[in-house]
Amino acid sequence: MSSAFDPQRWRADFPVLRRSVHGKPLVYFDNANTAQKPQAVVDAVDGYYREYTANVARAVHSLGEQATAAYEGARDKLARFLNVPSRDQLVLTSGTTQAINLVAYSYALPRLQPGDEILVTQMEHHANIVPWQLVAARSGASVKAAPISADGELLLDRFEAMLTPKVKLAAVAHVSNVIGTVNPVAEIARLCRARGIPLLVDGSQACPHQRVDVQALGCDFYAMTGHKLFGPTGTGALWAKREHLDAMPPFFGGGEMIRTVSFDGTVFADPPHKFEAGTPNIAGFIGLGAAIDYVENVGIAAIQAYEAELLAYATEALQSVPGLRLFGRARQRAAVMSFLIEGVHAHDVATLLDHEGVAVRSGHHCAHPLMQFFGVPATARASLAFYNTREEVDAFVRALDKVRRLLA
Amino acid sequence: MSQETTAAAAAAAQDTIVDEFAFFGDWTERYQYLIDLGRKLPPFPEEWKTEAHKVHGCQSQVWLVPSGSAERLEFAASSDSSIVTGLIALLLRVYSGRSAAAILATEPRFVDAIGLAKHLSPTRSNGLAAMLKTIQQYARSVSAG
Repeated sequence: MSSAFDPQRWRADFPVLRRSVHGKPLVYFDNANTAQKPQAVVDAVDGYYREYTANVARAVHSLGEQATAAYEGARDKLARFLNVPSRDQLVLTSGTTQAINLVAYSYALPRLQPGDEILVTQMEHHANIVPWQLVAARSGASVKAAPISADGELLLDRFEAMLTPKVKLAAVAHVSNVIGTVNPVAEIARLCRARGIPLLVDGSQACPHQRVDVQALGCDFYAMTGHKLFGPTGTGALWAKREHLDAMPPFFGGGEMIRTVSFDGTVFADPPHKFEAGTPNIAGFIGLGAAIDYVENVGIAAIQAYEAELLAYATEALQSVPGLRLFGRARQRAAVMSFLIEGVHAHDVATLLDHEGVAVRSGHHCAHPLMQFFGVPATARASLAFYNTREEVDAFVRALDKVRRLLA
Repeated sequence: MSQETTAAAAAAAQDTIVDEFAFFGDWTERYQYLIDLGRKLPPFPEEWKTEAHKVHGCQSQVWLVPSGSAERLEFAASSDSSIVTGLIALLLRVYSGRSAAAILATEPRFVDAIGLAKHLSPTRSNGLAAMLKTIQQYARSVSAG
């Protein structure tokens, strides 16, 4: 049964999707890398620069007030979108990477002792590995990775067994950027909570594809990025429980994050502002606010249902390509497909697909440990969004077959 | 054929490559020919695929082994990517078997001329720019010695 969701209705809102590449209609299947932006987002950014460019929170003139209202309005929209209990628990960052680094340096580092552990999984993006390694190296702690199955699912019993008293923080991806595995975060959070271990969730790949409710998940920290959610680059957020935010020292010092400054001592502003030194990416967040409005208008539940259908269709279509190996077959999967064609390098596949107008990513996807697990240096990855269609999947598979015949 | 070590011989090799690629209509023919050139390279011994021979700055794996002296430098190279191996075959036709002076005097203008210029952009990181740099560095080091 096919859903009533009509991707064509939404495609028209995305200017980039109208263009061609090498004379072929663009098939954009690199959405897990960054998503395209609807006209409403472009207009919101353009509107700020054309009509009310001003700094936020420090001007009483009309432009400043308008800019502040739009910028803080984006915080409200994002807080509602993630079901954050209170807007002042949402720290605006440049993206997931900055959000995780903030937790690593302001929360984890002051607490870590030699011999302590930070538990991650084998499927993490480098952004959810390297910050922990950096603070571990400074404190004498270590980073451990919970194993996954051949299908690319986290081995929950092994994860649980690794949650020893040495573990001071656990950090897992909500959705794998390479193989699309949706981790059972609520269950993971329950295991962590039972042991008093705080849990950070890297939600970079989850927010564009499913309803995220940080309170229902039951984690302590949730990091996300705006540019994969059809918003501008350089936008993202960290949600953290109030008790954590209150206890965390600021990471960056500067303007906008203080109450009073003197050489005898400086009093910091309350969260979230104490973590937001300097002039923020105002235009970017105004754009992100428009992106959230847009996504909510399309409907995240409808997006999730349609993408599940499209993923099933694409997965089946890919099986028709001889010699194709698909990586990751988790039961709960977002619309991300990593693959290789036997005897063919992933970069060659991506290079030649580009000539057919098809954009996929190739490489290690910032996940070396996962590549090591699968025993390959790189994969090609097709990642879908709600504006992609079955016709595009067909064009992709035809192009892939052409490329295979050329290279195999 | 490639016994000639001079910059003029390297220039002639580039002209030949440009002529060969001039026949192709669409990208599939161009890449098919490139991939076939890579397949015709002499076999690259597995034991040469060491860390020391690795050319860094490539997304695919590339190994390059120089030999000879300033009068005549030889290069053997390989990659796990078929396209990059094809690019290697072209680079070797231009640069391998030349003098260090000829190597340093030769710009790889053929890359632009055959519509593969995007492979030379440093952001492509696919190894052609890095390989060229390695070849030139080697030529410079033997000239100085």
